[in-house]
Amino acid sequence: MSDIVIKAENLGKKYTIGHQSQGSSYTALRDVFAESALTIWHKTKDLLRGNPVIQGDTLEEVWALKDVSFEVRQGEAVGIIGRNGAGKSTLLKILSRITEPTTGRVTIRGRVASLLEVGTGFHPELTGRENIYLNGTILGMTRSEIKSKFDEIVSFAEIERYLDTPVKRYSSGMYVRLAFAVAAHLEPEILLIDEVLAVGDAVFQKKCLGKMNAVAKEGRTVLFVSHNMSAVMGLCESAVMLDSGSLAFTGPVKEVISRYTMSVSSKNFLDLDQLPHGGAGAFARLKLMSIFNEQNQPASTFFMGSTAIIRLGVSCVRRMENFEIGVKISSWAGVAIHYIVSTWEGMHCDLEVGEHIFEVNIPRLMLLPGKYLLGAWVMKEGNPADDHVQEITTIEIVGSDINDCGADFERYAYSGCEVYAPSHWTIVKTTNLKEDSK
Amino acid sequence: MSEIVIEAGRAEKNYWADLWRYRELFLILAWRDLSVRYKQTIIGILWAILRPFLTMIVFTIIFSKVAKLPSDGSAPYALMVFAAMLPWSLFSSSLTESSNSLIDNANLISKVYFPRIIMPTATLITALVDFLISFSILILIMIYYQFAPGWNILLLPFFIVMALLASLGPGLWITALNVKYRDFRYVIPFVAQFGLYISPVGFTSKVIPEQWRMIYSLNPMVGVIDGFRWCILGAESPIYLSGFLVSLMIVAFFLWLGISRFRKMEKTFADII
Repeated sequence: MSDIVIKAENLGKKYTIGHQSQGSSYTALRDVFAESALTIWHKTKDLLRGNPVIQGDTLEEVWALKDVSFEVRQGEAVGIIGRNGAGKSTLLKILSRITEPTTGRVTIRGRVASLLEVGTGFHPELTGRENIYLNGTILGMTRSEIKSKFDEIVSFAEIERYLDTPVKRYSSGMYVRLAFAVAAHLEPEILLIDEVLAVGDAVFQKKCLGKMNAVAKEGRTVLFVSHNMSAVMGLCESAVMLDSGSLAFTGPVKEVISRYTMSVSSKNFLDLDQLPHGGAGAFARLKLMSIFNEQNQPASTFFMGSTAIIRLGVSCVRRMENFEIGVKISSWAGVAIHYIVSTWEGMHCDLEVGEHIFEVNIPRLMLLPGKYLLGAWVMKEGNPADDHVQEITTIEIVGSDINDCGADFERYAYSGCEVYAPSHWTIVKTTNLKEDSK
Repeated sequence: MSEIVIEAGRAEKNYWADLWRYRELFLILAWRDLSVRYKQTIIGILWAILRPFLTMIVFTIIFSKVAKLPSDGSAPYALMVFAAMLPWSLFSSSLTESSNSLIDNANLISKVYFPRIIMPTATLITALVDFLISFSILILIMIYYQFAPGWNILLLPFFIVMALLASLGPGLWITALNVKYRDFRYVIPFVAQFGLYISPVGFTSKVIPEQWRMIYSLNPMVGVIDGFRWCILGAESPIYLSGFLVSLMIVAFFLWLGISRFRKMEKTFADII
């Protein structure tokens, strides 16, 4: 017997979108009435027959998904990645039977639970206890299953004291915790997850990722749609990349992600004039920032330990002596992790009036998987910053086996570690623990 | 191991089996609607009693005292009105609730799968519970007038089901249309208000001239209300059988129409809601 649990063949989904035609100008009021009367008549006819009625004069067919085929094996965790509008959510909606495909077929073997959102169907007037039953049933658990997991759910959500309070009185944090706790205790054979982890604060997101990781490692089949590359990297062994509705690439997760990062270059070129600046701004102003990878390709996602190249465009209005320029990398929570500073590396110069580009090469990104904020500043050495921009953009670090020893950096990233420091480990033979340790 | 095949048009095949599989969801949705119904109201469940009761008083005064319409045989006018008020409010509230059910739960529709027909049918339970509560008032009124029902009252459940089905048919159709055209949201309150006066709620259907009664029975609620009065008032309100059969057929026709239209449009709900 084969162990393929999901088999999609030539899946396609077509939407029909209506456009209001622009240039049609009616010559007489009589025509306008005649035209409207005709449209209303046709629409009413369609309505009564139950045919779909589309607003607009010209119709356009859009294939949100076209000719997608893939297979998922028992116990496999597969990431589905792609840009916005690539068809990821449509695919998930088809797999979870929310919407029907226009063409093709999917065969699914096993009990499916889909999680397109946490807290689906939560009712604000009902208590936490009641909502656990409501939400659990909606997600496909039976009453007896919920009963047996009830205590676990409550303790995971840490809401024991508020169990009989209507959830509308909950803080948003408690609400999300409860919602996630119910979802996390689903035990289907196949789990379909859409970016549900994009809720709550960073700490909670990491807790959720940790739990998801545990689920995937229990040998359940997981399909995971996300923009968060490090989460996909941590959770999945293989991935499917969609591009404008078609299957662009499928294979081991690392290969697919590097393909994806090459194709995505959305936020690597930034016009800093659009962002809030700080500092006196008496001498110079940061104008542009662009980010590249080792191969000099525009990038915003990097493998751990890889090279990043950042270019900063500066416009100088008054000559600056002892010029310093720097880049700040801070954690999602806003804590500064790295300063990358020109004067630390021995670049001392005076800046003449005019426009300049500075390029900095960071040979090894010593960051654990996750998202980090980039900022930049310029100043006269020893003075307060003349111009600084705090949150220019984010870069994403994706785990990579940098020492070829199978380290699971993603897992440590979930528990809060952000900076990698290289180290060497040896075992010292001992006969006397106290003496030899000195 | 269960195997599901998803392809265009496939949903047809295991639809009714699925409906059974999702019975727990049906129950919990009905329970949810019930338990949130009167939250944050002071008198809560009393609303289910107050509304039909007050309408009954107004109707009795207007139709009996002002318009001087005759009652059914020797039955007290107030009792006759209330016997019609009950099925009418059952009908109008289940029609209103079921036709708004899909858009009120838009977020469920677009995030999880279940046979969509569960949503409008689950709302019938709420209307039914309201009905049972106001039924207690009927008993009090009967005690007040010392009016004992005959054996016919045992057939009342049949007419309760008929009232529910009479609302379910149009309810299903309208809720499906409501998904795309919110116009229907405004139609329903109008229908509910209008229907109260064209159905024989404030008066007996015997005031309708004989030659028009058949046509009058095209309104399915005429059959339901006559049936209720026959059950409760007994011999005082004999049923007009041929008209009743017409009403029954209309109910069945709308039920078929509602279900088939709903099934046809159901597939696109998640795409357009």
